[in-house]
Amino acid sequence: MAAYILRRLAYFVPTLLAIYTAAFLLMHAAPGSPFGDEKGLPPEVLAVRQAEFHLDKPLWQQYVLYGWDLVTLRGHTSMRYPGRNVIHDILAPAFPVSLVLGLFALGLSVVVGTAAGVLSAARPRSAADYTAMAGAMIGISQPSFVLATVLLAVFSVALGWLPVGGWGRPSQMVLPALALAALPAAYIARLVRTGMLEVLSADFIRTARAKGLSERQVLLGHALPTAWLPVLGYLGPAAAGIFTGSFVVEKVFAIPGVGQHFVDSALHRDHPMILATVLLYAVLLVVFNLLVDIGYAWLDPRIRYE
Amino acid sequence: MSDPTTESVSAGLAASVRRPMSPVGLAMRRFRRNRLAMAGLAMLALVAASCAAGLVWELSALAHDQPEPYSTLMPGIHPQPPSADYPFGTDLLGRDMLARTLIGGCVSLGVGLAAAVVSILIGTWWGVTSGYAGRGVDTVMMRIVDVLYGLPYILVVILLWVLVADRSLQVRMAVLLLAIGGVSWLTMARVVRGQVLALREAEFVQAARALGSGPVRIIAKELLPNLTGTILVCATLTVPLAILQESFLSFLGLGVPPPMASWGTLASDAVAALQPVRVYWWLLAAPCAMLGATLLGLNFVGDGLRDAFDPRSR
Repeated sequence: MAAYILRRLAYFVPTLLAIYTAAFLLMHAAPGSPFGDEKGLPPEVLAVRQAEFHLDKPLWQQYVLYGWDLVTLRGHTSMRYPGRNVIHDILAPAFPVSLVLGLFALGLSVVVGTAAGVLSAARPRSAADYTAMAGAMIGISQPSFVLATVLLAVFSVALGWLPVGGWGRPSQMVLPALALAALPAAYIARLVRTGMLEVLSADFIRTARAKGLSERQVLLGHALPTAWLPVLGYLGPAAAGIFTGSFVVEKVFAIPGVGQHFVDSALHRDHPMILATVLLYAVLLVVFNLLVDIGYAWLDPRIRYE
Repeated sequence: MSDPTTESVSAGLAASVRRPMSPVGLAMRRFRRNRLAMAGLAMLALVAASCAAGLVWELSALAHDQPEPYSTLMPGIHPQPPSADYPFGTDLLGRDMLARTLIGGCVSLGVGLAAAVVSILIGTWWGVTSGYAGRGVDTVMMRIVDVLYGLPYILVVILLWVLVADRSLQVRMAVLLLAIGGVSWLTMARVVRGQVLALREAEFVQAARALGSGPVRIIAKELLPNLTGTILVCATLTVPLAILQESFLSFLGLGVPPPMASWGTLASDAVAALQPVRVYWWLLAAPCAMLGATLLGLNFVGDGLRDAFDPRSR
């Protein structure tokens, strides 16, 4: 297992390099310069601005310079916010916000999704099954901005139970976490239900029942760990997505997370920012995928990594 | 030999031999017995029919040189709640929400269908080539998919979107379709490759190879028919994702350009117009109800197809 993890860690390097390269090329494939919109800029000023962002150098030098800034975590100043370092001044303060909100939302979606999935699989075609699955359907049937706005309109504006937005108090976290958790919770509920229904007809479940175990022990102790395997596979990419924030939820609830920077950097072609956000996402993705594979071996003894 | 029982048995045998069910036929029979999936299909049919009616309305207005229904400003004070004149109400500028919802539906459904077609064409080709070629080709092709997966998809969509400077309606629509299609084929490629890897060494494929079939013939005659279910399920589940992505792009202001509408732009306009003093609920209700019905229907149908094609359910 240790050898496997080490090998996977070594594999991170080429993967991240490839993702960085792809983002770099894609960024430069977009026509025009990042300063093309600023009309009437004197040529001297333009030259200084371009030199600041290595735009006067050949492509490969830009590639190496930006890459080195990111590897050493030194960062570079943002094009959009002059004088602010993309890592130290922008992402470092914003990431903990997205991380805390993401952990809350992820925990919520795992608990709610698993509970709904187990309940509906325990009594298929019952009222509980249909209620749980109908609830899950709401999560996948509306865009998140509609869901977030409706939650806001109902619970904050109409009922006045929760704050309208902002960040800092736990009560300000409830609605954004709900809006963020709806989609993953719905997916998890459906995955768990399908997995449970499949596992419940397996021989080892019949054996467990024949030994006289309670239905609760059969469902939660024997069936759930196996039925949960597909959820694990889904959670890897989902966690990377949730921890890097959601542009929509952050915008609706005025939360200072990292999600906005993913969209804004691409819209404004802020080169240092694009590369930094891409690498942040990629690092989270590969780390979570590794955690998922370790989780597989832990949940399912049949899986071994040599 | 004249025993009636033997005769009826052999007649029954002959009947069953005469009409063998194809795997796809068997799956379709299982699908038709799935009530939830059939309900989803009915919902989809209803939505598609009403959007088609909207398209006919639009085209007949164009043919008769009348103002286009989705962008015509109605006389009077607006927005108006649903009434006999305007069943879905009117929007802030006084345009008929019924026409906008139906025309917007054509755009949203078109985006979804285009994504499905792109993912079927590129994803299937990519997955089959990668899985069948194996070794180095497989490694390279799948690493490319991994890298594209590793990029935040919103970045890919936005950069593809700004790549084209032309801002006319047709070009923007084409880029929108390309951008969403361009990120939707990755899952298809992975799923198809996995299936091809399993089928490649199957006995019937080995038999075809032993009989002298070339790769093209094996892929066309042996592999693709067995991949139908996988491809169909994956494509069905791609459509709702693409429609949601279009609505997200609309929220960013990158959707179809006004005055053209889609469910995404309508919903995001309605969300922007939401305020505590006057609640224009009908602006949000119509597009979201249609969108919800479509996404639910597609998910039901996708799940039903997956169950129907699942070899374990036979």
